[in-house]
Parts: sequence; structure tokens; C-alpha cells
Amino acid sequence: MKYCPTCRGSCVKLSSSLASTLPPQTSRGRHLTRDFLWKNMAVYGPVVKIHPVVLASIADSYERRNEGATRVIGTILGTIDKHSVEITNCFSVPHNESEDEVAVDMEFAKNMYELHKKVSPSEAIVGWYATGFDITEHSVLIHEYYSREAQNPIHLTLDTTLQNGKMNVRAYVSAQMGVPGKTVGVMFTPLTVKHIYYDTERIGIDLLHTTCASPSRTNGLTSDLAQVGTSAARVQDMLTTVLAYIEDVLSGKVIADNSVGRCLMDLLNKVPFIPAEDFESMLNSNINDLLMVTYLTNLAQAQISLNEKLVVL
Amino acid sequence: MASRKESGVSSSNTLDSPVKQIQIEGLVVLKIIKHYQEEGQGSEVVQGVLLGLVVEDRLEITNCFPFPQHTEEDADFDEVQYQMEMMRSLRHVNIDHLHVGWYQSTFYGSFVSRALLDSQFSYQHAIEESVVLIYDPIKTAQGSLSLKAYRLTPKLMEICKEKDFSAEGLKKAAVGYENMFEEVPIVIKNSHLISVLLWELEEKSTVPSKHELLSLSSSSHLEKSLQMLMDRVDDMSQDIVKFNTFSRNTSKQQQQKHQYIQRRQQENTQRQSRGEPPLPEEDISKMFKPPQPPPRMDTLLIAGQINTYCQTVKEFTSQNLGKLFMAEALQGHNS
Repeated sequence: MKYCPTCRGSCVKLSSSLASTLPPQTSRGRHLTRDFLWKNMAVYGPVVKIHPVVLASIADSYERRNEGATRVIGTILGTIDKHSVEITNCFSVPHNESEDEVAVDMEFAKNMYELHKKVSPSEAIVGWYATGFDITEHSVLIHEYYSREAQNPIHLTLDTTLQNGKMNVRAYVSAQMGVPGKTVGVMFTPLTVKHIYYDTERIGIDLLHTTCASPSRTNGLTSDLAQVGTSAARVQDMLTTVLAYIEDVLSGKVIADNSVGRCLMDLLNKVPFIPAEDFESMLNSNINDLLMVTYLTNLAQAQISLNEKLVVL
Repeated sequence: MASRKESGVSSSNTLDSPVKQIQIEGLVVLKIIKHYQEEGQGSEVVQGVLLGLVVEDRLEITNCFPFPQHTEEDADFDEVQYQMEMMRSLRHVNIDHLHVGWYQSTFYGSFVSRALLDSQFSYQHAIEESVVLIYDPIKTAQGSLSLKAYRLTPKLMEICKEKDFSAEGLKKAAVGYENMFEEVPIVIKNSHLISVLLWELEEKSTVPSKHELLSLSSSSHLEKSLQMLMDRVDDMSQDIVKFNTFSRNTSKQQQQKHQYIQRRQQENTQRQSRGEPPLPEEDISKMFKPPQPPPRMDTLLIAGQINTYCQTVKEFTSQNLGKLFMAEALQGHNS
């Protein structure tokens, strides 16, 4: 990576490999924001993988906080791997925070953990979370408490105050620093955060995302055929974007990118070339199967309603 | 002009039902999905409690917590205590602690059972607006979230209250398999903060959105569903055979009674003509014990289950037909 001459290293100019991961504009050597630095810093420590349900829980408990509380804290549960920590659940813990002191309801935390263990015995305490932007001195105290519960606890922050117009998710571990024996302190080192999903979670999130679009923030669950319709519309949108890109490249407006070209080649090759008759026969046999099944189910339904009527007689 | 009333498990919202719509928060959906994914692999059924509140004619579900699986120890005591503790703790963090129902996962759509009926009845008896949310993970994995909310119809509630499950009781209340459960429409609502979160996730997510919905492979799922349907139909036919034997036995018995009475009368007239005292009237009912009528409730449940299977299979086939025609169009352009 090269250093930018104008600000002497406080921003970083991109090498070409990194440039391809970003939309075309930023690869021109603009000064980068702190967020980008955050994303690409090499950090030592486990990778933190978060499930969306944890973040939604935290946001929800922030919304339900007591009067006068500026932030909420709670415990995060999950599983620890060799190189990563997967966070799958969390619960909030009531606490009081003022200028000079902080009080956390430890009993409550213990109780809740016991209850959660009954449902999922494989989840363990891996750390704690707090909403808000900064790490305060109180955080250090709370972190100490949690280091008694778990080895090397992870501190997760969710920025609900929306600084910089974004809701940032950050994770830290604490490290000792300073001169041993004299002045020691605690430093929170950042970790890489990844969002991971189960397949079904991904589908759930897609559905929830549709509520963002509607003005009343609601959305009903659509019927079966309509869902195929919306999916097809989505694919159609994607195809139009790709076509527009191709048109631009052909007319010279955009420089062709080889990797995109290779992807397009793959895409076209994926549509199998089947001779027309074979395809006809396959299509027909599938359609026949489905029609037969529909017929049989209708028959079964007619049968049971008949049975009903006869018995009642 | 007579208006056609739509029958069936879907739609008909009776006027006396206190709940016309269910509003679920995104958080609840995510929690249910996670619970099944982590603890319910295989054909295990996972259950949990729904918390929320009732606003006018809407039931709002704002949170939920899972139940531990039934273990070998005495689960009853644990369950009640677990529930009480959980609700008390949640109250401390300002989460709605009003019970409004429960959720259950299902395997290929089979959920109409005696256990479900009993649980839902006890819930609905205690809290009038409660619902049971049925989550189908297999259908969800195929591309679209499958979450349905059911309540017992008032007629069925009455029958359960009186515990009168015999044929006459059911006939009196005119409950067919079609009006056992009523489905309540669901709407998902998210707060602003959660919407912000969703946009963030959309930006940062490295996993592309799933297009499972457009996959053409259908045979394995169809096979499984049809197999379950066949099992149920077998149960149903066994029930029908039982009922047939019962009705045959009753009619045979009637005939026998009739014959006996006639013979008695004949003998009596003969004896009278000969001047002997007539034989004492014997208690007929003690001689001919009427056979036990088979319980009708199970048949009703089986019929309801078959109905749900058929509905799901039909939905599935209609989706697949649509997809096949799309594939045809795609091929047509290429060839």
C-alpha cells in the first residue's frame, strides 16, 4: 500500500487488488474514511461472527430502555472456535449508570444465563454488549466483571446513536498495556466483525427487508404463486442491470472489466443447451407429475368431505 | 343474490372473533428461525411462548422465548417454573410479559394433533386472543418464510369445554374438519431502528440473497409430502373400517333384539292359549349390550390433517408449475 503524499499517511492509497473490491469511484485514490480503515485493518484475535438475531435483540432492548438511561448493556452468548467466535444469542441486563458509578444486576445476569442454558446447553457466555458509540471508563469495570465469567470476553458495541449516519457494529477484546508493575491500563483492541446467516435466516431477513420499503413499515406474507412472481421480477431487474452494463461497455462508455466478462461467460454457459424435443418431453413429464398430484389431492379432499357428510347423516 | 361464503381453513374471519390480524415484529421471526435451526434438527418439534399485547382488534407479538425440549425428568414442574422465571426476568428489562400464544415448528405440515388441540384450548380458554404460530422450516428453506397463525373456532371451543367428543356432540355443534381452525392473517412490522439495522446488514452482508425459490427440483419434497398424506389416508381408512363395523354391529344387534322380542311375544301368546302364565319380561338391554361407538374426534383430526396436507401440496404444485413455464420460456428464447 502506498501512502498518500497530501496527508502523510493518515489515509491510505489503494493497491489495485483492493481497488477492484470497491465501486469504481473510490479506487481513484480519494482520502478514505475511518470506516474503510476499520474494515481492512489486520487485527490479531478471533474473528467475530454475528447472527442478525443478536443485533435485532440489542436494538429492541435499546428501544425499551428505562427513562434516563443513555445506553443498555447485556450478555452475549455463543460458541468459541479455534479462530473465531460465533455469537448466536444475547439478553439484556438491567444496570444503572451515573457520572461516577455504575451498578450492574449480577444476580439477574446469572439467572438469565441459567434459563437460557436449559434451552440451548451448547451456548456459553462469550462477552457483553453495550449500545452507544464510545468506550467509557465504566466499560472497563463491566469488562472486568465479565472476564470472571468467560475467558477473554468480547465487548460488542452497536452504535444506536447513529454517529456518521451509520449503525456500526464493533467488537473488541481487552489487552493489558503500560509498564508492568507501575502504570498499567487496559486497551480495547478491535476485531473483525462478520455477519453470518443460516439459510433460513437469510430468507427471513430478505422478507423483513421488504418492510423497509413500505411507508407503514408493514408487509403481509404473500401467497405462493405471487412469491414466484416477485422472485422472477427480481431476476428480471438483475438482468436489466447486467444488460445496461453490457450496452455501456459496447458503446465504449465504460471500460470493460475482464473479471466481469468472465462472470458473464459463466452465466451464459450455465443455461443448458438441450435439444428441443428432449426439453419438451422433460417439461411435459414434469407437468404431468404435478397435475397428477394435484388431481390426487383434490380426490382425497373430496373423499374426506364425503365421508364427513355420510357419517353425520 | 346470495353471497358465496368462503369455507376452508383460510379466510373466514367470524364476526365474533376478537382477533382479526396479527402483527409480528421482525425480532420474533428471527428468534423462531434461530430456535429451530439450532435445537430442532431432524423431526423434532420445537416450541416456545409468544409475548405481546392486544391493541383493538390486532394482536401484536413483540417478543418470544423458547421452551427447552422435553427431557426424561419430570418436565411439568420445570416448564411452569421456567416460564414464570423467564417472564419475571423479562419484566425487569421492560419487555412485554403478557402471554399471547405459543409457537411450534412442524414437519412437512403435520401439526393437527390431539396435543395441539389440547394446548391451544387451554391457552385460548385462559386468554381469549391467543394464537398458535406454526412455522414450517422446510418450506422456508425452499425460499419463502412459512408462518401461519391459527385459532380454534368458537364452535370447537365449546365442544372442548364440554369434553363431549362423541358423534352426537359433534353433530349437534355441526363441526366439520373445515371449521376446526381459523387462520388469521399475519403482518410483519418493524420499528425504525430495526429498519436502519436491516439497511446496514444489507450493505455489509457478504452472503448473497437466496434464490432458492426459483429452484426447479421438486421431486423429493413431493415424495415426502405424498408419503405423509398416504399414511394419514391409511389411518383414515382404518377409522372408516372401524366405523363401518360398528354400524354393522349395531344394526345386527337391532335385528337380534327385534327377533327376540317377536319370539317372546309368540311364546307368550302360545302359553296364553295353553293357559300357562306368561314368561317374565326380561331386561333386553342387559342381554344385548350395545357396542361402543368409536370416538369421532380422532377422525375429525385426521380429516383436518389430510386437508392441510392437500392444501400445502396444492400450493407447492402451483408454484412449481409456474417455475416450469418460466423455464420453458427461457429455453424458448435460446433454442
